[in-house]
Amino acid sequence: MLCQVCKKDEATIHLTEITDGIRVEMHLCQTCASEEGIAAKNQIPLNELLSNLLAVQPADEDLADNSTKLTCDNCGFTLDEFRRDGLLGCPNDYEVFEKALLPLIEKTHNGKTKHCGKVLSKAPADTKKQIALAALQQKLDDAVKSEDYELAAKLRDKIKRLG
Amino acid sequence: MKLTDISGNINEWFDGTGPLADVVISSRIRLARNLAGHKFLSRCSNTEKSAILEKLKDALMELPLGDEIFYIGIDKAPVLDRNFLVERHLISRHHAFGKGPRGVVIAKREFFTAMINEEDHLRIQVLKGGLQLSQCAEQINQIDDSIENKVDYAFSPRYGYLTACPTNLGTGIRVSVMLHLPALKMTGHIEKFFNSARSMNLAVRGLFGEGTEAAGDFYQISNQVTLGISEEDIVSSFEKTIIPEIVEYENAARNQLVDKEANLLDDKISRAMALLGNAQLISSQEALFLLSHLRMGINIHERMGSSTPAIDRLCTRKSSGKKKSEGLSIKTINRLFMLTLPAHLQLNCGKSLDPAGRDTLRAQIIRSALNQ
Repeated sequence: MLCQVCKKDEATIHLTEITDGIRVEMHLCQTCASEEGIAAKNQIPLNELLSNLLAVQPADEDLADNSTKLTCDNCGFTLDEFRRDGLLGCPNDYEVFEKALLPLIEKTHNGKTKHCGKVLSKAPADTKKQIALAALQQKLDDAVKSEDYELAAKLRDKIKRLG
Repeated sequence: MKLTDISGNINEWFDGTGPLADVVISSRIRLARNLAGHKFLSRCSNTEKSAILEKLKDALMELPLGDEIFYIGIDKAPVLDRNFLVERHLISRHHAFGKGPRGVVIAKREFFTAMINEEDHLRIQVLKGGLQLSQCAEQINQIDDSIENKVDYAFSPRYGYLTACPTNLGTGIRVSVMLHLPALKMTGHIEKFFNSARSMNLAVRGLFGEGTEAAGDFYQISNQVTLGISEEDIVSSFEKTIIPEIVEYENAARNQLVDKEANLLDDKISRAMALLGNAQLISSQEALFLLSHLRMGINIHERMGSSTPAIDRLCTRKSSGKKKSEGLSIKTINRLFMLTLPAHLQLNCGKSLDPAGRDTLRAQIIRSALNQ
């Protein structure tokens, strides 16, 4: 099907608008749709998606207010800047803005909020233990979810021994 | 080392070898790391960026990789060199055209590269041909350990490796597999592949070209979740489940084409041969599109032997003594895919070319390879 505006290129964007019960269909090519301001981006950049998520996020107004006022002592970063660029200012920001970032981290990582992968070889013994426990706990949650109770029991015993 | 030392050949990972290489072009693992005691790059002055660059460059140039290592200062490199490195998958487009002091460390055989001051202070990657994710994981883990012996990474007991963007937090790992899926595309099943990838939190994008556009039916599939799951679990889900399943679907689609739609398949391959063998001007997009069909034809021949008339013609050519000789190889097609990309063409002919000049040279290179 050809674009109904330029009548040259193939229409790749198909819009159906229903206003007051009247249905209007539009078939446009990417270029004409962009000019009309209705082009769908092929893929929303991840950073943009994150900023959007954060912008609509906190249901808790107090948290939103407090976080907005916060500034990182180390790098002078504010949440507004994160909303704009989707990037943090320094490693310290994960602590300073933790409350505001946590729901976002959870959403991005499929509900997960604790690291359970590789550990720095220089890390202290209790950090290594903490991460090993988090990994086992994660596996236990997965086993329960998939109703593999035999594996879940083994993991629970392992967690008890390690903890 | 000069870029022209490598620009005349394809990279090791693109030579058509490795497990499941007819569908899986390559396996790649990337780790994102940042130095402790420094700000992330968005808050760094150029002086701080230079300090990070020097510290990491020193650590990386001493890596025991068993290969010659070289460094390129990206901020000072000519635009053509930057485009070449992007086409070669040695740096990202973001790195090529970013801001401030930044660079890349490359192993000459191109299985390893490290971008310094991209979005994070350090992004290291290991690339191998075919499905070799475990091997990539083992190698990148050792390299990461060697770097960690020399520098201090930003790390938190709760969140793991701290990254500038929370999407990379935790392991900082991005596992990417590059796939050639022409039959899924031709049989109209590619959307199903996209949908199931999305439902598994995986990202799919084109390999050549920008955004989601998949020129030449090459797709890159990668993980998005990096926190709350171990590196081993991510790698093993790709290697044992996700990728073998996609390969099976692609092969089933290829069988379907041979068994039930041989005419359609032969038409595509015959058209591709005719156009590529005769065109006087050809754009990069069109070349990728047509070469993709030839690549699939050769793969089908390698897997199934004699199949359809056009594939037989493609894979066995008559020499002057009317004796059948070997036809086109995957290696030749892969060479054409890469060496006819815009920056490759210009670097190899030693001068800058306008689009029409590139289209002429591209057509000439392809014609001579096909009519040999």
